[in-house]
This record gives sequence, structure tokens and C-alpha cells, in this order.
Amino acid sequence: MSFPWANHYEPKQPLMRWLDEKLPLPRLVYNAVGAGYPVPRNLNYFWNFGVLAGLALVVQIVTGIVLAMHYGANSLVAFASVESIMRDVNAGWFLRYAHANGASMFLAVVYIHIARGLYYGSYKAPREMVWLLGVVIFLLMMATAFMGYVLPWGQMSFWGAQVITGFFSAIPLVGEPIRVLLLGGYAPDNAALNRFFSLHYLLPFVIAGVIVLHIWALHIPGSNNPTGVDVKGEQDTVPFHPYYTAKDGVGVAVFFLIFAALVFFSPNLLGHPDNYIEANPLSTPAHIVPEWYFLPFYAILKSFTADFILTGKLWGVLAMFGSILLLFFLPWLDSSPVRSANYRPTYRWFLIVLALDVLVLGYIGGAEATARNVIIGQLATAYYFAHFLIILPIVSRSERPRPLPNSITEAVLAKHGGTSPAQTALAH
Amino acid sequence: MVRTIALLVGAAFVFVLGISLFGTISTAISDPAPETAEHEFHLHPKDAELSSAGMFGKFDRQQLQRGLKVYQEVCAACHSLRYVSFRDLEQIGYSEGQVKALAQAWPIEQPGVNPDTGEAATRKNVASDRFPSPYANEVAARAANNNALPPDLSLIAKARHDGPNYVASLLTGYQNQPAELLRKFPDAKTPQGLYYNPYFPNLNIAMPPPITSDGQVTYEDGTKSTRDQMAKDVAAFLTWTAEPNLETRHGAGFASVIFLIIFVFLTIGTYRNVWRGVKH
Repeated sequence: MSFPWANHYEPKQPLMRWLDEKLPLPRLVYNAVGAGYPVPRNLNYFWNFGVLAGLALVVQIVTGIVLAMHYGANSLVAFASVESIMRDVNAGWFLRYAHANGASMFLAVVYIHIARGLYYGSYKAPREMVWLLGVVIFLLMMATAFMGYVLPWGQMSFWGAQVITGFFSAIPLVGEPIRVLLLGGYAPDNAALNRFFSLHYLLPFVIAGVIVLHIWALHIPGSNNPTGVDVKGEQDTVPFHPYYTAKDGVGVAVFFLIFAALVFFSPNLLGHPDNYIEANPLSTPAHIVPEWYFLPFYAILKSFTADFILTGKLWGVLAMFGSILLLFFLPWLDSSPVRSANYRPTYRWFLIVLALDVLVLGYIGGAEATARNVIIGQLATAYYFAHFLIILPIVSRSERPRPLPNSITEAVLAKHGGTSPAQTALAH
Repeated sequence: MVRTIALLVGAAFVFVLGISLFGTISTAISDPAPETAEHEFHLHPKDAELSSAGMFGKFDRQQLQRGLKVYQEVCAACHSLRYVSFRDLEQIGYSEGQVKALAQAWPIEQPGVNPDTGEAATRKNVASDRFPSPYANEVAARAANNNALPPDLSLIAKARHDGPNYVASLLTGYQNQPAELLRKFPDAKTPQGLYYNPYFPNLNIAMPPPITSDGQVTYEDGTKSTRDQMAKDVAAFLTWTAEPNLETRHGAGFASVIFLIIFVFLTIGTYRNVWRGVKH
């Protein structure tokens, strides 16, 4: 693991030496996120988002555990218990708003983290396992976020659960039994609410476990960098601590600033007003929409309006799950040896179009289904699949990449206008 | 192999989307979606200029007390306020004694049991009680209201888009159906027993106009109770019932944001200090 020039952990205090012999936990931390982990010196601020995602998970677990102390996971009292948290529990309003907006912050940070991986080719050899575990974390997060949104038992909670579990009934033959099994009944009710609460409490710890694997797998090849060029020697890296702990510190501060602005000044901006109405199985809301972070996938689902061999609904469900599952194959769909899109002139443009395409899908997912919006959604969905499954495999073969720098250090010095090797010596 | 399968799967999705797209376009041409009265005549709420709006928002206690009076004399006949307790009124400037007296004198009594016989009974409200519902249950509420259910108002300001302004606009928005609407959409005439209100999503609301004339409620602080004034006051009151911690939240927000802005500069300073002399 790691590079031969990595700093070695040498405890100086007797107590730490004693601990290191019995349980080398400080050594583990030192090698994972301390001075013992050499990291490319040229990482930009997009590399903050991994740490920020971990931080967001911690915020969610801490606020969530305290909320669970006051929440009643029963369809008769769930809505009222959330209101009691908002009104009667000390700082309960803060905990709940922090948890609800914390989910949005978590997903936003993870989307940027994924986009970073796509742009700089972090999914490619030798980091395929890091990417695969990342997709697993993303799937677990989506499941956790969905079940968490059901817990307040408002109108959108209830009807969201109805719609999402309804996807399974599109599967021929076994679909309906699966749906009933998931819900513990024919419609969302107390059985569904209870199991969602149980799983919503469990899955974050599963996510934490997979994050450990994700970081473990990352530490074998080491971090990628904006040039995508491999680390060639000691001059290409700096120790994680203090260099990247300091850089991540800036990201953490900005993260909390945006988070605080949301929680304290517009805590309901990203929520839906209908979720302040208690769940009512007899009254369907005019527009059932998921939370913002699911809107692109919702748009994909709604775009398949024609039956062809399978029903349009089943195509939509397959496409929606497929749009995420295809990420598992990305390392093998992209055969280009060049990692960073900075050196892939054609692919870079397709990737920028993809980013805009996902934003368009997000808008369409939340908009009214007028003919114009459906047409835009269908075109955007077509691009999404074409990008990953058709364009990427072809472009990655035909494209002529720009010349890569010989090393990270060379790229850094070229950026600063200097070429003298003497300047590569580090000051630490 | 992976790439061949991917190509086929991608082609299948794009092909089905092509068929779907063709269907959408041909339907849009042959059978365009009809225009609807809701789409054309629905109005977004006007800005009620409540003092609680915006980052610096604070409640106007006088206005909240006037709003309570409007709720008490107008809304409470049909609408419950089930998440709010009488004791919460101390937050809007009433003393403990005033709250007790108000609870005691509240016209609707609290359901309970007769301590001697165990039979269902009612008793006078105390400060720790929630506001009692005017109806025993949903069936009773619907029976008394032409089968419409008056919603609970505790959270109404958060349960509607632009809630505080919506409440104020809705209460003063009752009017006769515009002639133009009837000319364009002859089928959209407001049904018997409903009332035309352009601020209501489907334009026809079951609630009869609650605020009908100036001076309907007599204010104790001397404010002139015009219809607009009463609508705004009760909107302010319902903003408070939906978000009683708004002022604490804004205050904590300013402290946090100022602290975090300083913190951002400190971390930038640390970062520069640590990286001084290292090109990156």
C-alpha cells in the first residue's frame, strides 16, 4: 500500500508507543488520512468533495440518531411526532431542518464528487474497484434518502412511496408480489413506515462500512489527479497531512457556510409544501414529484411513453435503474488510456453536454408534463443513454488525445511558467 | 464484449425513445392539449409585506395578537389548530394569566371523560391544552360544510406555495367570475355551492368568503380593521403557528453565518500558510 517514500509512523510518547504495540489504530489513521499518505501535489478543489461527503454522512448520522429519540415510527403518530420535534423538543427544529437539508447537501456533494470522477477519469484502471464501490454507495444513499423522505408521513412521503414501490409492479408476473412484499401490504401503511424506519436507521452504517472499503481500495493505487498522469516519484506528491487537511479545511468551512444559510434562512426551499399535509390515502396530490436529487431519474422514467414489445412503463423502469447500473460498466466502456478529459478534446465536449443534459433532465423531472416538456425529456434521455453506451465507446477509440505531460511535477511547473528541475524540490 | 452489449442496449433505449418521441409529437399535432381555465386565470399570491418575510424577518407581536383575534372570531368556527397549545401564546406577548383566562373562556371545550362516570364529556380548556377542534371528527366536519373538509390551519403557511402571501391573497381574493373566462370556457362556470377565487389552484373553493366587511372584528389596539388588514393579520398569525421558532432561527442564522465567514477566511489563511513555497 502506498508509495515507498511515504512517511512512517513513529510514536514518540511512551503511551502512544504502548498503544501502537497493542492496537495500532493511530497508525491506521496516520497512514489513511495523515502524513503517511502521499497525495499528488496538484489536486484542485474538486478533490475536496470526497471528504465533504464523509462529513455530510457524519452530520446525517448524528442529527438522525437524536431525531430517532423523539420520532414515533407509527403511521398514527409519525406526522404529529415530527411536529412535536419542531415545536416542543429543545432545538428540535434545528435538528430536523439540519437533517432534511443535510440530505440535500450530501447528495449535492456526492453528485459533484461523481462528476469529478467522470471528468478526470478516476474510474479507470487501476481504480475500477474504487469506482464500483462508489456506485454501490450511491445506490445505498438513494435508497436511504427515499426511505427517509417517507418517515414524516406527509402527502409527498405517502404518495412518493406509492409511486416508487409501484415501479416494481411493472415487472411481469412477479412484480405485484414483490411490491406487496416490500410494502408489507397492498398500499403504504404502518407496516411500510416501520420497515422503512428500520432500514433508514440501518443503511447509513452499511454506507459507512462501504466507505471504509472505498477508501481502502483508493489507498492501494493512491489518488488520481487533474492531469490523470501516474505519480512517478517523490517530487510528485505531498503528505496528506498537513497539505490536504489544510485544503479540505477550506472546503469544510464553505460547506458549513452554505449549509447554515440553507438551514437558518430557507429550510423549506428544497422541500415540497405538500409534505406539511398529513398523509391521506384518499387524496392524491395534483403533482407527485420526488425530492430534487431524484428528478433526473424521474424524467428518464416518464420519457418512455410508447409500448414496444414491453410496456412503456416497464421500459421506463428498466431505463431508470439502467441509468445508474450502467455506471458499473463504465471502466470497461471507456477504452481510452488517457484519464483526464483535459487531454481528450472530443470526449470533453460530450462530457460537458452530458452535464447540461442531466440538468435539463432535472428540470423536466419537476416540470409539468406538457408536450414540449415531454419532447425535451425524451431527447435528453436519449442523449444520456447514447452518451454512455454508444458515443463513449466509439469516441474513446477514435479520438486523438492531446500530448500528456511527462509527470505531475512537469505539469505543475509548466502552469507556473518555470521549467527548472531545481524548483521541484519541496519545501517541507 | 461489454462494448457490443452496451451498444445494443443503448440502441434499444434510443430506438424506444424514438418511437415515444414520434408518439408525443404526433399526439401534440393531431390532438393538442386543450387550454384550461385554471392555467389561464390562476393568479400567484400578492406580496402581503409581512414583517416575518426575508432573512431579517421578525414577527410583529401586535399584529400576531390581532391575527389571533381574527382566527378566534372568524376561522375557529370551522378550522382547527391542532398542533398549537394555548401556552404557546405566551410567545406572542400574552402573560401567563391572560393565556389561562383565554383558554378558560374559549367557546369550544376540550373533549375528555367525566371523572365520576367515565362517560365522554367536555371540560374547560387549560393553558397546556391544544386548541380544540370545532368538530368531533371528519364526518361531522364534512356534514357541516357541504361535504368539504376545512383543513387544519397550524401548518397552512408552510403547506402551500408562498404560504403567508397565499393566505392573505386567498382571503381577499373572492370575486365574481370574469366574463372573459365564461366566454372562453363556457364549461368552467363555478358550480353551485363553490366560490370563485383566482388564488385557489382550481379557481373554485368550497369555503364561503370568511371576511366580508370592514370592521367585522373589533381590534383592541385601535388599528382600523379593514378587510385587507384582517387578512394580513391572520396570515401573520398563521405564519407564526406554522413556524413559531422563526425568530430564534434567524438569530441563530446570523450568528452562525458571521462565525462561518470568519472561519472561511481563517481556513484560507491556514491553507496559504501550509502551502507556501509548494507549487501546485
